[in-house]
Amino acid sequence: MTATDAHIANEPSPDAGPTAAVQPALSIGNVSHSYGPRRALIDVNFTVAPASFTALLGLNGAGKSTLFSLVTRLFGIQNGQIKIFGHDISRTPGEALRLMGVVFQPRTLDLDLSLTQNLLYHAALHGISRREARTRSAEVLGRIGLADRAASKVRDLSGGQMRRLEIARALLHRPRLLLLDEATVGLDVKARADILDHVRQLVTEQGIGVLWATHLFDEIMPGDDLVVLHQGRMLAHGPMSRVITDAGAQDVNTAFMRLTGTATLTGKPPT
Amino acid sequence: MSSTTVTPERSGFSLSEYIVCLNGIVWREALRFLHQRERFVSALVRPLVWLFIFAAGFRQVLGISIIPPYETYILYEVYIAPGLMAMIQLFNGMQSSLSMVYDREMGNMRTLLVSPLPRGYLLFCKLLAGTAVSLLQVYAFLLIAWFWDITPPTIGYLTVLPALVLSGLMLGALGMLISASIKQLENFAGVMNFVIFPMFFASSALYPLWRVQEGSPMLYYVCQCNPFTHAVELIRFALYGKMNWVSLAVVGGCTVVFMIGAILAYDPSRGLVRRGPGGGEA
Repeated sequence: MTATDAHIANEPSPDAGPTAAVQPALSIGNVSHSYGPRRALIDVNFTVAPASFTALLGLNGAGKSTLFSLVTRLFGIQNGQIKIFGHDISRTPGEALRLMGVVFQPRTLDLDLSLTQNLLYHAALHGISRREARTRSAEVLGRIGLADRAASKVRDLSGGQMRRLEIARALLHRPRLLLLDEATVGLDVKARADILDHVRQLVTEQGIGVLWATHLFDEIMPGDDLVVLHQGRMLAHGPMSRVITDAGAQDVNTAFMRLTGTATLTGKPPT
Repeated sequence: MSSTTVTPERSGFSLSEYIVCLNGIVWREALRFLHQRERFVSALVRPLVWLFIFAAGFRQVLGISIIPPYETYILYEVYIAPGLMAMIQLFNGMQSSLSMVYDREMGNMRTLLVSPLPRGYLLFCKLLAGTAVSLLQVYAFLLIAWFWDITPPTIGYLTVLPALVLSGLMLGALGMLISASIKQLENFAGVMNFVIFPMFFASSALYPLWRVQEGSPMLYYVCQCNPFTHAVELIRFALYGKMNWVSLAVVGGCTVVFMIGAILAYDPSRGLVRRGPGGGEA
């Protein structure tokens, strides 16, 4: 399978409207981005289906964070198109961003505010009334096991607890797509596993589409969709088993090494 | 799979959502301000040092003739009070922009910028929040200054409020525009030196412009072109229940220009600053 084949396999119907049931949660179409002369992303194409877990796998510097910045409209799109449930992020950013929750790689919590205050601030940025925000905050804090720490300052939390809080915050406005950029970096094994389990539960129980950027192979499970990004190019996209088979490998680790090894030698995706 | 948490799709935002957002941003700025008591104290100490020490020392050196809006001879302390009020707002505006650069480096700014509400509106809310904080500082200064015989007419405390809001918005917008063009926190100190001190000293904050004109006609024209001069004069006149229309026009115009510049600078598709990976982004 080539990267293009995989993209076509996941392409939504051209007739599908923004509210159609088959609409992908996230659609990345021919996206390229440069920092001056350096090309950070080159013709990236893939989709994330609703209620699916898609791992965006790439080494440091592969372009994962740039892609996240484009999807979340922190950067303007230079080439290509990004849609969230059919809403173009450039044309209708409000509608698109409303359907999306984001956990960035660096911590984005206000350390001097309490857990509840951080959540209430996020809710306000989404126009959620104070009363509703309080209800939802209590609910999500209970769900992540931090209800008893609601009034504590965020700086008193552990790294894993902060990440859980960030995920809870990203879900506060009830998005249908969740983006996580290397959300487990710097966490211990147990905290990593807990967060990964929690996110996978969101997929199965709440039908949220998840794009999980990582460079850790052990975070990918059979049944996940996989996007391999290397030096700004998308090398493969599809169900994990198919990516492994197409790469002629036994496991995702070897598949990744083969795919990226080829790319390093030729500078082009394998065909 | 349950669908209980799915938000129904809708377009646009209601007025109440805009108001909730504004309240939330102002509330967060106020909380941060309360948590940083040193910031409040230092914001007050700076103008008070000028008032208690500098003005006392220069009282006998700098004579002030009767100039509008004053109807009689005044003490030098009375003259520089509006300039010090504007100075509080100038420092607050730059402090807010410093915190924006810090938030950007620490990642907090992303929370704001990925909100679905229009980015221009979010930045305006941030600006209003910073201005609200500066108002608290200015009125605290006026309270202390009252014990130092800085006693404008009672109505002046009310009439100066719109002038303070407008000048606070202008200086905050300028700070926001500057913050958009700064890539790293370390670069900020230099900008402060190139912005705050020239703006403050080349203005009517410390000495009347007729005095400046006597000393240096060139500096006089520089002061006239300085928006901070007009912020000071707007506050000075408003504190005595009067209006300086020229200053109002300049401050209003500069506010609009700086605000549009800041919004453009933070617009991802038209940013003035080409942002790179690794934290340099807005």
